[in-house]
Amino acid sequence: MKILTGNDLKSGAVTWWDGVQWSLHVEDAVDVGDHADTILAREQAARRVNAAYAIEAVKDEGSVRPAHIKDRIRALGPTVRPDLTLKPADPEAGNWVI
Amino acid sequence: MAEVQYRFRDDEPVADPGVTVGAFGEQSNASAVRLEPGDEARDLIPHLERIRLVEVNFPVFGDGRGYSSARILREAGYTGELRAVGEVLVDQIAFMRRCGFDAFAPDVPLDPADADNAFGRYGEVYQPTIDGLAPIWAKRHG
Amino acid sequence: MYRYDTYDQAMVDARVEEFRDQVRRRLEGHITEDQFKPLRLMNGLYLQLHAYMLRVAVPYGTLSSAQMRMLGDIADKYDRGYGHFTTRQNIQYNWIKLEDAPDILADLAKVEMHAIQTSGNCIRNTTSDQYAGAAADEVVDPRPYAELIRQWSTFHPEFSFLPRKFKMAVIASDTDRAAMKLHDIGIQIVRNEAGELGAAFYVGGGMGRTPMIAPCINPFVPLDQMITYSEAALRVYNRHGRRDNKYKARIKILVHELGKDEYTRQVEAEFQHLLGQNIEPPLAELERIKAQFADPPFEKIGTVPTFEIDRSDPDFALWVDNNCLAHKQSGYIAATISLKPIGGIPGDASGEQIRLMADLARDYSFDECRVTHAQNIVLPHVRKDQLYALWQQLDAAGLGTPNLDLVGDIIACPGLDYCSLANARSIPVAQKIGQRLAAKQQEIGELKLKISGCINACGHHHAGHIGILGVDKKGTENYQLLLGGCEGADTSLGQITGPGFDEDGIVDAVEKATQFYLAQRGEGERFLDTYRRVGMPAFKEAIYG
Repeated sequence: MKILTGNDLKSGAVTWWDGVQWSLHVEDAVDVGDHADTILAREQAARRVNAAYAIEAVKDEGSVRPAHIKDRIRALGPTVRPDLTLKPADPEAGNWVI
Repeated sequence: MAEVQYRFRDDEPVADPGVTVGAFGEQSNASAVRLEPGDEARDLIPHLERIRLVEVNFPVFGDGRGYSSARILREAGYTGELRAVGEVLVDQIAFMRRCGFDAFAPDVPLDPADADNAFGRYGEVYQPTIDGLAPIWAKRHG
Repeated sequence: MYRYDTYDQAMVDARVEEFRDQVRRRLEGHITEDQFKPLRLMNGLYLQLHAYMLRVAVPYGTLSSAQMRMLGDIADKYDRGYGHFTTRQNIQYNWIKLEDAPDILADLAKVEMHAIQTSGNCIRNTTSDQYAGAAADEVVDPRPYAELIRQWSTFHPEFSFLPRKFKMAVIASDTDRAAMKLHDIGIQIVRNEAGELGAAFYVGGGMGRTPMIAPCINPFVPLDQMITYSEAALRVYNRHGRRDNKYKARIKILVHELGKDEYTRQVEAEFQHLLGQNIEPPLAELERIKAQFADPPFEKIGTVPTFEIDRSDPDFALWVDNNCLAHKQSGYIAATISLKPIGGIPGDASGEQIRLMADLARDYSFDECRVTHAQNIVLPHVRKDQLYALWQQLDAAGLGTPNLDLVGDIIACPGLDYCSLANARSIPVAQKIGQRLAAKQQEIGELKLKISGCINACGHHHAGHIGILGVDKKGTENYQLLLGGCEGADTSLGQITGPGFDEDGIVDAVEKATQFYLAQRGEGERFLDTYRRVGMPAFKEAIYG
């Protein structure tokens, strides 16, 4: 599947396109099919997202897994600071990245 | 040709657009020349007497060669109009002014309020250039 | 230490307001991200993997305790309670909000700090020797010259859109502790046979994808021509440096392609022209700056009876032996605070730790500390009889690791955990190596290990006795091993050993290299000495065989 990610213009937080708006959680990301360029242009022009781009991902067991490790680290947070990731209580979260 | 939005001189503007450096060498009557980033500004130095306008083109704002071209011409004694053209953005014009540009014809006109802020923001400078502003070190030591 | 006068303060204050206005225009949609990006970069604001990252300039690595304290406060107030000290002697914050950035710059300006030109294609923050003003081997304190360069390069109207970034370093001793020859311009302040001071210019060094050692293009530029000479070197680069390919845009490529002699000829010609332009600050300005770097009021031996170090605590003695350097003033010592605890993140410090270091700088080091390019902190002027009390406080706060220049004192860039340019993570590799070799590091002795998560080489892997370069191998992290790099007077570039490794494999490979060294080393040899004597093939055999 093809999903969209970027950063919130004001806070810089990593966000994912959920079909309606930008979510902090990669599992909310939806397949945008052939509409990536249209959505990106519209959303960036409206300053709802910054530096956004389309990536490949796969859907598995309710989660969305970006194809590239860089985007998986973006989705989770720094692997060396589990306390600062989106899943601070999950000791296995880092394994999802690898 | 983009409109001249700012001009800090009182003489009559040259109406003709600048010719290329190559054409300038062949046309002995031309008084306006256009410098591209890769052109050798020093090639113009023997002809400064007859030049009334030098347009320095910034095809992309990140290509900073035009700043050196401008200073080289001013350092050589050029007193005619030095006009920045192309992708001239509001956040570059103060630097350009310091390098000797006295006219600005941006592809996209600048917001007047933003441009006024930019021209006036820094009252002090660390480096002397041909713009005549006394650098901070000169003020410190009278 | 240099203190701002009203002119310097006005400059940074104006910059804060300029950036506040630029941020407003971006948030209101008057400028695009493409137009905003170079503006935010010239204020050190990147968009990184997880958020905006702000890089704050620490000119020549020197900080007062008030400045250090502010860095700790910013970590807590605007970030997530920590900061990361970098190989450019700066500090970075990883979780900055764009809307907060102008306020952070305003807080910095209150303590005479800024983020000006910490990124972008301009002249960056000038680095120096972390022991400047303390080292016994320096000709003179190099920082006044670096400060002169800071002022000249700040908002330079001609050199703010260079082909690529531009890094300068200034040192003043033959023991180069600032990797001077791996900078775009490295300046060594030297004394000639007549006893006069001058500046030796080394131009065209760098790391990155094409590492090069800078050649000396002029061994002695008189001090009252140093800025003019710099201007000439920059103008030739601004005009003729490559702009067609960003990977070939650094000055090292220009110097290499023109050849050192032709580049030097062009600089000399431009220099002769610029000498007539009267752009050089008067020596009185240099003297004004020098006066602010005068020695602190050291106490003379004899006025206090116990100026010697009591080594009866073995843990303390070990720290003294590893982390302290002889001082030019008898009775004093320069102490390095390691930011490399075993298994920790190299260069990271919490807001609380930063404030503690600020207090210790105030109480034990004449209000001054330094950031080193190896991502540690130096207290430059500690009275020997107060060293034990200092160490006890450091040790209690987890800042007493006795491993300066040992294998655990690893330089690592933020890598793929934080950086959008990275291909692989650096920090986990540093943590694993540090843990694996912790028990052996005293036996191994000096071994500078440096890790970069991509070819841009922020982790200085080319200059590591052991260097590690993270690469992307079909979507997985892979690590190349380099041996034999070195910064300093005998600068050399590391060579790649062979095929890369995965994360566990690179840790094993480093361990094998150290085991082979221990088996082979001769009397008094460091790892690097043994490598240079024994050569790559033997090490390769030991690692891959």
